[in-house]
Amino acid sequence: MSGLRLGCVIGPLLGAMWMLVLSTTVTVAMSFATGEVFRPSSLLSLVVGATLALIALARSADRLSLVVAVVALTAVSYVGLGPMVIGADVDNGTRAVGAALLAVSSGLSLWKILEGCPFGTLSRHEFEEAVIRFLTGFGFIVFTAAVLVPFYVMVMTSLKSQQALLANPLDFSIDFSRGWDLFRSYTELFRDFGFGGYLWTSFFVSVLTVVITLLFSVPGAYAVARLRFKGQAVFSRSILLIYMVPMIVLALPIYIAFSVTGLRNTLFGLILIYPVTTIPVALYMLQGYFRGLPVEVEEAGLMDGLSRLQVILKITLPLSLPAMVSVSLYVFMIAWNEFLLAFMLLDDPSKFTLTRGVAMLNSSEIPRQHLMAGAVIATIPIMVLFLGLERFMTKGLTAGSVKG
Amino acid sequence: MVAPTSTPPTARGALEKREAKLAWGLLAPTIAIVSLVILLPLLAIFWISFKPVGLSDLRPVSTVVRESLRSRGDDYRIEYRVRNSSQDKPIEGARFEDTIPDGVTLLEVPEACSLDGAALACDFGDLPGGFNERLRIPVLLDGDPDALEDVVEGSEPVRYGTGDNVLTNTHFTLDNFTRIFDSSEFMSVLWATTFYTVVGTIGALVVGLFAALLLNKSFAGKGILRGLYLFPYVSPIIAVAFTWVALLDPFSGSLNALLVQMGVADSPINFFGQRPQALIMVTVFEIWRYFPLSFLFILARMQSIDTDMYEAADMDGASPFQKFWYLSLPMLLGILSVLFLLRFIWTFNKFDDIFLLTGGNAGTRTLTVNVYEQAFAISNIGAGAAVAVVIFAVLLCFSFFFFRYISQEEGL
Repeated sequence: MSGLRLGCVIGPLLGAMWMLVLSTTVTVAMSFATGEVFRPSSLLSLVVGATLALIALARSADRLSLVVAVVALTAVSYVGLGPMVIGADVDNGTRAVGAALLAVSSGLSLWKILEGCPFGTLSRHEFEEAVIRFLTGFGFIVFTAAVLVPFYVMVMTSLKSQQALLANPLDFSIDFSRGWDLFRSYTELFRDFGFGGYLWTSFFVSVLTVVITLLFSVPGAYAVARLRFKGQAVFSRSILLIYMVPMIVLALPIYIAFSVTGLRNTLFGLILIYPVTTIPVALYMLQGYFRGLPVEVEEAGLMDGLSRLQVILKITLPLSLPAMVSVSLYVFMIAWNEFLLAFMLLDDPSKFTLTRGVAMLNSSEIPRQHLMAGAVIATIPIMVLFLGLERFMTKGLTAGSVKG
Repeated sequence: MVAPTSTPPTARGALEKREAKLAWGLLAPTIAIVSLVILLPLLAIFWISFKPVGLSDLRPVSTVVRESLRSRGDDYRIEYRVRNSSQDKPIEGARFEDTIPDGVTLLEVPEACSLDGAALACDFGDLPGGFNERLRIPVLLDGDPDALEDVVEGSEPVRYGTGDNVLTNTHFTLDNFTRIFDSSEFMSVLWATTFYTVVGTIGALVVGLFAALLLNKSFAGKGILRGLYLFPYVSPIIAVAFTWVALLDPFSGSLNALLVQMGVADSPINFFGQRPQALIMVTVFEIWRYFPLSFLFILARMQSIDTDMYEAADMDGASPFQKFWYLSLPMLLGILSVLFLLRFIWTFNKFDDIFLLTGGNAGTRTLTVNVYEQAFAISNIGAGAAVAVVIFAVLLCFSFFFFRYISQEEGL
């Protein structure tokens, strides 16, 4: 264990592993961006990484050694002896960009990781901080890649043609010469598959769900949070209990009941069900917020002759506007993303919601890029809402996350 | 003179009663709709689980009568086609009533029927399953045949007759339960459920904790990264699930192509089509999709920890790992245990993810997916309901633990 604390041991170790991580990252990025053959060489990565680390340690990570190392690494990678194996038919420009990218990123980050590490024995702090810097870099790369890659693939696939996809699944480069033809899957979805209608249905159903949910949950939440009555404690607990019932368990009897009564395949049936799945969550979130409001303001209102309902309308609601926005966004998100009920209850393509419409595209007869274009269409509105109102959305997620 | 009482009044005052009344009034709509759509179906599930119901039994058995006016030369006749909608279940008291329009005179009345003025009533008694017969009545027309045809065929006969409905009769059976417990599949379903739930929950927690540690310091672009890391959770399940399927496809999937190019795999791997990769991949997907949630919670808790404590630890010379292990982790234990319980229940309840990724094939059929498989793939609603009852029973046990331990945690 104490051997690890020597700078000349831990440094090359971290350097080797770091180079492996980076060469993999850069090769994956280069492959996805150009569709050409890039491959990390594990052995060379380890050797080069360890060597670079030793140089950094010996020179105390100064600027000069960094520049020299970056230039040397670029050259080595360019000729194909570096941590990255580049396919023989890759043109020189791409080759140079790849080599430089790897050299600059690994040089800068490795010098940062080993900053302040002596060649000899490290103190416990220096040792742990170097390891933490390594883990932090590793974490950022892994998380960002894991989150970004699926979305990148989703968007890029929707812009490609079936033949191009099958010919080289790694080639995500965009052929800008196609112009507007790039968006062919989208125009086809809107023109031939009626996605405009689905978009509208989803929007309509989601907004209506939000409105109905608020109408039911605001008075309920107020009662649970403020008024004293027998069974208050039991009630606030059973709200939690209710949304632990899995949807599939309810979906089966609802399917049967709707089949018998003819509500299946109607949007009315869907709008009947959606709010019920969201009312308990909304009620729970709102009552938490109402509890946090000062009672004195409401009591002042009561003293001044307002009735309870007027107090709710004129005092509590305006005060809890931010919470209402959060709850609305959260409910909107649940309704927009809902798949199971729409899938089970809707069969008629003219009444599909967006998620049901995308599910329809999952067939072997419909090309893959249409499915991905459908996925993009379903995702974009939620993303726009999320990025635009992130503050409220995050609050809603935190407060309502008891719901899966 | 009345002696002052030393105990507070025990009766409820008028104000208090009014407040309670208002509370129930405000809650009434919610209680009504929730019991209608949640409690009623739950009761129904119990009822159905003891019944031999198939998908085809959902349409009630009924008498079907189709009326038409036909001609052969100048002879006209009204034809009633009487049918039992079910192939195997009998109908009791099957009859229909119809009004003969003006301008049509019946030349004869069949023996099953009686004519009272313009009202024709035909009684068939009991119809066996698969019953299908034509009733031909010759008629004399007075007027334009085409117009009369429209009138005759436009009037819908009133039909009667009750068939046995499996959903409402009192025939009960334990077949559904023996079927789901006996099958060799049950053990594999149980294993898939346990693996998915336990590994998925713990994985999402650990990964979320790691992500929170990364973002628990201020640097440029932190807000962007935080938003980015929430993407998997906020996007529609259908979009991300299909993207993963496309990404991991053995023929045109980018990830497989990447693995082959990097030299990790010799040939493409069918991630969602073979054991045990499929179960592992759906669990990885679960971790990927739900780590943002634990991340968000843990980060919020971390940022509320008092910095004084860390300053004191710095003064005492604690190293970064020591600070994490002895200071941060104990502070996070509360939120971690709450998250664990919640996520555990929700992962257990998850249906959409596995259904979209593998459809429950290749050893990924969890209990929730099994409900769908039994009810719709095998068309045995009763067996599906029985699985749902099992799920509900397990959940009740979880909830017991949940309320036992969560009540000690503030916040949630």
